[in-house]
Amino acid sequence: MRLTDDERAMLDGAEGEAVAAAMDLLVRYGEVLGAERLVDTDNVCGANLFGSRHSLVCGSPTPDAAFSEHSLDAPTVLTIPPVKAQSYQLIGPMDTEHWQVQGLPQAEHDEIMASERYNAEHGIHLLNTCTPYQVGNVPLKGEHCAWMESSAVVYVNSVLGARTNVEGRESTGAAMLTGKIPYWGLHLDGNRHGTHLVEVGVPVTSNRDWGLLGYWIGEQVPEEAIPVVDGITATPDLVRLKHFGAAAASSGGVEMYHVPGITAEARTVEEALAGRAPQVRLRYGAAERQEAYEHLNATATDTDVDLVMIGCPHATLGQIRDVVRLLEGRRVHDGTELWVFTPRALRHVAEQNGYAQALADAGALLMSDTCPAIGQFLPNGTRVVATDSAKQVHYLPAIMGVQGLFGTLAECVDAAVTGTWRGDAP
Amino acid sequence: MTGTRREQVVLTGRGLVGGVAEGEALVTREAISGWGGVEPRRGRVIESRHELVGQSFAGKVLVFRGAKGSSGWSGMFHMSRLMGSAPAAMVFTTMNTKIALGVVVTHVPAVTDLDGDPFEVIRTGDWVRVDADRGQVIVTPPGR
Repeated sequence: MRLTDDERAMLDGAEGEAVAAAMDLLVRYGEVLGAERLVDTDNVCGANLFGSRHSLVCGSPTPDAAFSEHSLDAPTVLTIPPVKAQSYQLIGPMDTEHWQVQGLPQAEHDEIMASERYNAEHGIHLLNTCTPYQVGNVPLKGEHCAWMESSAVVYVNSVLGARTNVEGRESTGAAMLTGKIPYWGLHLDGNRHGTHLVEVGVPVTSNRDWGLLGYWIGEQVPEEAIPVVDGITATPDLVRLKHFGAAAASSGGVEMYHVPGITAEARTVEEALAGRAPQVRLRYGAAERQEAYEHLNATATDTDVDLVMIGCPHATLGQIRDVVRLLEGRRVHDGTELWVFTPRALRHVAEQNGYAQALADAGALLMSDTCPAIGQFLPNGTRVVATDSAKQVHYLPAIMGVQGLFGTLAECVDAAVTGTWRGDAP
Repeated sequence: MTGTRREQVVLTGRGLVGGVAEGEALVTREAISGWGGVEPRRGRVIESRHELVGQSFAGKVLVFRGAKGSSGWSGMFHMSRLMGSAPAAMVFTTMNTKIALGVVVTHVPAVTDLDGDPFEVIRTGDWVRVDADRGQVIVTPPGR
């Protein structure tokens, strides 16, 4: 890989050992990719909130040790300087307000809070969400970014036209300190055109429809594919594309897609495909939609619901308001919990608007900063979880050993109120 | 499986992370999810509908298509190294950023871009030596 003079100087230690280690990681990583060079970035989203799970395995309890090992893959404990690039903390392990609901011991809470302070002191913005594009980090079309969080990556590549591969904790840690990331994959013009044409033959309008379509596409296409979705008749919104991309990045590895006329880089199918024929044509009809629905509900045998989870990826204010309205005059069933997850900043707005109180009055809980899959927590004794998120229902059964049910928001709130799942296939 | 005796086979490709390691092969044509698809303490695949669900790659030569799913892929394999349950080596066919960063931080020999189809040549249980310095994968079927 070719390095510029400033990159070479960083590698040789001109900016200290930690920056040198960061550059070393980027070089090792770039060479495995076969990247010719690095590219400047001033927009990095990573995950550097550590608790005991991370500190125990690196032999030293200091935050510098955790960052050196987990965020830089460095062989020794380094003193980490303030970050160079604009850097943002993604979703983490703990709701700083409702951590006791998660069942976290005081010592774990204190360690994560210390990690959060360490991040802040190093200049990492504490967005604490999987949806930075909702709360203050909306990259421009063409902007080179280095983001983790597959659901956010697919969103900003596709909907906004920003440029990032799916980065990991170590590459974003290194990008924060250097302002560099390998110039490979979706950073290059020629790698952003559609490869697979999906001809949609059924109406795709609701959040559930978009989740099902995304989940099915993710299962069908290889990881490197860029699907082009044709036949969409109703303009979606942020929530629908958030659910769609998250689903496609969970069942598979979709990092970018085009919905011609709607997403950033294609007005027409021809433009999405750069005038070429698609490598593969896929047809999505009622049978395919049913298949996705059955796959998403494959782990469930019981209908007694212990937890209803809303907000994967983190809920918008509109979704929170919808839950509040669906709960009006009703109350969450004894023995069932309804948890709604949102970015910390939006929780503050939801508190100002009275939504948080309305949820609490109905026996539900508005949480932020984390989710059950990332934080690995559920109400005691939980066996069955219902959610409107294809992504959450894909991961939770694997991570937490529970049954997962997938349906509409209305079906989920109904399950929270009655304690029983009564969802229907589309 | 057929009754014919299989010979030792050498595949050559691009070594990514240097070193030499050997072990029993664990083979899947499917891609693997890291975060939410792997439990790092024992190196077990946990994705609900994955063909390897419940099986551990700890100490084995993991032969697979590549990485899918969450951006936590590298972090999960990084953690498996720190917990002593990483694969002995990795052989894969599809490059992306998740697998590239993953092999870098797992610190085990890794080879891709092979001159033959590893899924045709390598079966679970074969003994596989991965010489990433030379880009070689030497496959010895059981009993040879």
